[in-house]
Amino acid sequence: MELAISIITGLMIIGALYAIHAKDLLSSVIACGIVGYSLVICFLLLKAPDLAIVQIVVDTITLIIMVAVVLDSSREEKYSRLDTWGYVSAATGVLLIGILLWVFINSIQTLDVLGKSTLRMAGSYIEGAAQRTGSANLVTGVVFDFRGYDTMGEAVVLVTAVLGVLTILRLKGKK
Amino acid sequence: MKGMTIIVKKTTQLIAGMIFMYGIYVIIHGHLTPGGGFAGGVIVAGSLILVTLAYGGNFLNLIKEEAGTTIVESLATMMVIMIATAGFIFGTHVFFNNFLPKGIVGQLISAGVLPLYNIFIGTEVAASIFIIFLSLIIFKEESPQ
Repeated sequence: MELAISIITGLMIIGALYAIHAKDLLSSVIACGIVGYSLVICFLLLKAPDLAIVQIVVDTITLIIMVAVVLDSSREEKYSRLDTWGYVSAATGVLLIGILLWVFINSIQTLDVLGKSTLRMAGSYIEGAAQRTGSANLVTGVVFDFRGYDTMGEAVVLVTAVLGVLTILRLKGKK
Repeated sequence: MKGMTIIVKKTTQLIAGMIFMYGIYVIIHGHLTPGGGFAGGVIVAGSLILVTLAYGGNFLNLIKEEAGTTIVESLATMMVIMIATAGFIFGTHVFFNNFLPKGIVGQLISAGVLPLYNIFIGTEVAASIFIIFLSLIIFKEESPQ
């Protein structure tokens, strides 16, 4: 399973790199789709169907909206030559990649194997949660019962996002 | 916004209702099977977006739809907070208290107030995503060319 996840993660990296460098913006959007749907397969391999359902649906809707936007504006990406600040940004990026790789190599030795970590909070959530919340799906039990404030915050965040879209994108004043 | 060709329209007539019903199923069975309010709400919004893209619609109707959807979204959010407050009033005084009887684990009507939360969160998510889509169309049509 780790081999399969490694291959799919490599595919995601290739898709993301292509999405950055593609000349045609429509194929760039489709390459973003590669990243999203590969993540769905990763979630299914790691036995998280709840996340997989949400990811596949949200990814489809995002792709539809992005394709509509690209077809409506322009399909060509406007290139510009690298100036001094461009070279400074590129050098900073390479430096950050080196530092993060060094930290990753040092910290990976102290971590547990993927999926086998012993989390204290998760253990006390799983133990008898079906009896305590009455819900056969443990994820719903955690989301709406143990962590109700979290879910209420997410709902309010969506309302705030809609308010922001309605306020910022409006070009003509409302009578 | 004008619609698409007749092939797309007929296929949408066949499929959109089934997608809508599947979204309702995912929302209602959220406490039994994988899924829940968030996933089901986005599926319902997807069916509505499909119908809007295929059939189009004139400008005034779209504005009316947006006004109605805004009210639905606000009411659903308010209902979530009111159910949480009802948990504070009944039983032990805890916010988000599960005050209804739990029932048998695995049956459709069980788990107290969790299905109610699922239904209202699903309504709210569907309305939010549909509003964002509709407002993108409306603001483009009313902008000066």
